[in-house]
Amino acid sequence: MFGKLTWDAIPFNQPIPLITSLVILAAILGIALWVWRKGWWPYLWNEYITSTDHKRIGVMYIVLALLMLVRGFADAIMMRAQQSLAIGASQGFLPPEHYNQIFSAHGTIMIFFVAMPFVIGFMNFVVPLQLGVRDVAFPTMNNVSFWLSASGALLINLSLFIGEFARTGWLGFPPLSEKAFSPGVGVDYYLVALQVSGVGTVLTAVNFVTTILKTRAPGMSYMRMPIFCWTALASNLIMLAAFPVLTVVLAQLMLDRFLGFHFFTNDGGGNSMLYMNLIWVWGHPEVYILVLPAFGIYSEVAATFSGKPLFGYRSMVFATMAICIISYCVWLHHFFTMGAGANLNAVFGIASMIIGIPTGVKIYNWLFTLYGGRVRFTVPVYYLIGFMLTFVVGGLTGVLLAIPPIDFVVHNSLFLVAHFHHVIIGGVVFALMAGYTYWFPKAFGFTLHEGLGKAVFWCWFIGFHLAFMPLYVLGFWGATRRMQHISDPTWAPWLNIAFVGAVIIGLGIVLTVVQLLYSIKTRDQRRDVTGDPWDGRTLEWLTLSPPPHYNFAVLPDVHGEEAYWLRKQTAIKQDQLIEEPDYQPIEMPVNTPTGVIVAFFASLCGFAIIWYIWWLAILGLIGAFAAFVWYAWRDEHEHIIPVEEVRANARERRRVRMEHLHSLSQST
Amino acid sequence: MSDSRGGNGSTVRPGRAGLIRVLTGGALLALTAGCNRGILDPVGPIAAQEKQLLINSTAIMLAIIIPTMIATVAFAWWFRRGNSKATYRPDWEYSGAVEIVVWSIPALTIMLLGGITWIASHNLEPSKPLKSSVPPLKVEVVSLDWKWLFIYPDQGVATVNQLVVPAGTPISFRLTSATVWNSFFVPQMGTMIYTMPRMTTRLNLQADRQGVYDGLSTHFSGDGFPGMQFKVQALPADQLAMWAQDSRGTGTALDAQGYAELSKPTSYVKPMTYGTVAPGLFDAIVNDRVQQLQRLPAVAPPNQNSAVSTGG
Repeated sequence: MFGKLTWDAIPFNQPIPLITSLVILAAILGIALWVWRKGWWPYLWNEYITSTDHKRIGVMYIVLALLMLVRGFADAIMMRAQQSLAIGASQGFLPPEHYNQIFSAHGTIMIFFVAMPFVIGFMNFVVPLQLGVRDVAFPTMNNVSFWLSASGALLINLSLFIGEFARTGWLGFPPLSEKAFSPGVGVDYYLVALQVSGVGTVLTAVNFVTTILKTRAPGMSYMRMPIFCWTALASNLIMLAAFPVLTVVLAQLMLDRFLGFHFFTNDGGGNSMLYMNLIWVWGHPEVYILVLPAFGIYSEVAATFSGKPLFGYRSMVFATMAICIISYCVWLHHFFTMGAGANLNAVFGIASMIIGIPTGVKIYNWLFTLYGGRVRFTVPVYYLIGFMLTFVVGGLTGVLLAIPPIDFVVHNSLFLVAHFHHVIIGGVVFALMAGYTYWFPKAFGFTLHEGLGKAVFWCWFIGFHLAFMPLYVLGFWGATRRMQHISDPTWAPWLNIAFVGAVIIGLGIVLTVVQLLYSIKTRDQRRDVTGDPWDGRTLEWLTLSPPPHYNFAVLPDVHGEEAYWLRKQTAIKQDQLIEEPDYQPIEMPVNTPTGVIVAFFASLCGFAIIWYIWWLAILGLIGAFAAFVWYAWRDEHEHIIPVEEVRANARERRRVRMEHLHSLSQST
Repeated sequence: MSDSRGGNGSTVRPGRAGLIRVLTGGALLALTAGCNRGILDPVGPIAAQEKQLLINSTAIMLAIIIPTMIATVAFAWWFRRGNSKATYRPDWEYSGAVEIVVWSIPALTIMLLGGITWIASHNLEPSKPLKSSVPPLKVEVVSLDWKWLFIYPDQGVATVNQLVVPAGTPISFRLTSATVWNSFFVPQMGTMIYTMPRMTTRLNLQADRQGVYDGLSTHFSGDGFPGMQFKVQALPADQLAMWAQDSRGTGTALDAQGYAELSKPTSYVKPMTYGTVAPGLFDAIVNDRVQQLQRLPAVAPPNQNSAVSTGG
């Protein structure tokens, strides 16, 4: 009846996961109850959970990412604590079977359920606004994508309470992840969670490639698209090509584990080198899926807060697309130490370095965007400059790793760990925090507290350097990654510094929460009434904050590269807005619970597969499919926003906009 | 420091100089203490070349990166909004000359590094035999759950978690895994390489300096992984034969039965020696047919020219 699921699956004898799970369960119940007492469920259901509005879905993605960041960080601080404690005679507080789950969960969660939803959240929120359109190409599919990602996150976190998580690292290399070496449900949790969320990611990619290629405001040619949209396009093209590879390679491993196939086993003619190749054919482009939109955010921040167009826009577009393509031709640099031969290693090493050229160009273009500007030192600019200083060093260590003979001595070491945290924190996380501060007023109509934002920045900046620079040193000493126990007591000082760094990053995360709560409490002091709090240049700043569901009463006409800036300057010069257009009623997609129902059944099905409860798996599959069919036969596709409402909103916008223009023209 | 006790006016200055001196002294100490270890303290030709390559490549890139970092801070600060001396150029968004320079700098750097990479990848290819007047010592390496087995096919002995090598002699490794993947690495000797089940990899290293060095697995292999460490002992060249002679015939035999015993998962295993090794054991492990190896008598005759194939 319940497959492999018994009471033994609950970790009664392991206090850390048990207490953590109980606290989380209590928190979830508490929040649900509180929301119910406040009577907010209908609002949440109508405005968020079933929403097809790209802005709301974007916000949900980012909330998911922030929640998972807390989980991923809890894993990180436990790892750092363990490595500081388990030196010499001491075994620390985590036995290997627990420690190994933690580092596997940390990597998996941080990449798939923090970085990905955060980036996708921004693409959701920003891309349609910047393109000057009302929604993405497939609004309902967008909702389904989100809920499938959330379903994957749920499954992974369920492993804390029911059963165990994988102990095989975040990429689950076979043969260690094969049934012979990992008989438990851990690897199955890993596989199923990634498969479910992977479907969501592919759907997102389809959605955004279509949106960017096919639905742009009139006059917005490719070479007039904001750079963030270009980076989003590149990122989604990579997703579209890379994620199916992940799906296939994980499916192969599932066939091995569930049906006794021999793709990657030691016997029966299996070959684990294939897995290594396939997973990195996805894994390396994945880095660029994350970092390209991050580059887009920096570009927007640099231009806006320098009060200048982005320097070398065409160069930036070219560099972005070059990275998009070359990112596929470098995967082998993740295993130079396989002994593939000098020619192969050298070719892939040089290909990897070539990515450094367009990346270097981007750094210089940001530099020259600052040059001749009037740089406002806001929180996003702190992150921009922090990024530029940090990322070049991360780039340096990356090029070192791309030289095969150097990789031969630092591969898999703490040097490597330091390198990829260097580029992921210094590159991606800094961008996400910059974007969070930059677009927050657009989403909620008030800005975040500046001083606390700067405190958060310093925590990340100092914490990162303290946490990871010591790892470079230890890497030179021959320290390798994933060690539950450290034999050499002389490593202790560096590991302790790293632990302090992690604590400071933790303080930054706490301060992020404090900043959010404090900003909400004092929101009346920082209202964004104009819709353009930063003197922006792209179309999202044309509409109000928060924008109406339909974004724009009339799709804006685009006449140049910086659509909104051009329009704003013309309006300031002429001291009037463009002539009031003829408003029309607007058709918008209706809300739908399809996403949440499909994800509910997908979670059931996934859980059932993990525990071999086959009737439930079939039931889940049928349920998900039925929900989809039920949706396909719907009668009502759109609801109409009456012209009176559109006109009233638009006139209000024009009024505040006129005031804003006056204040702008007076200040300049 | 003699001027530090000067008049009142200079009390601040020497204090600062002292602080700087202490800081630089501390940093230097940390650096020297930090630098003289692991891959930065090579004991053989491969590791030495790799260290040199690491330093050269870092220096080449720092030449570009440090000015860029300085320019970042300088530009951002000089062009801050409040600075009335800075010229605001709100429409300056393109310059052909700047574009050429910003594409050229990284392109030229990468061309230089790419050339270095091509040459170094071929020079330091792990499977390439080392040039030496001394014939290489053959060692077969097997990673097990969770320990290292080193077989000396020409000497007919084997060790666990202890690699004994003659200093100044090239060592020609063949490597495989009897379990999941691992990676064989002696930081001070250079180049690591994967050990993979049912496959062999090749590696050539040399230790010129006598001493004892740390070795480890650098590819996560399960719960006992942190205990997969071993010691490398580099003896004077002429003492290896003596060591092998002394070891031969002692201890237990490494045949099918002994191997089955050794294969059981254990971690943090103390170094040990097998005085007898079934011929062909390494290839039997690679081909997963150890069971078919014949059982050895307790003490095997010296078997210098055994039929073990170490060829490609």
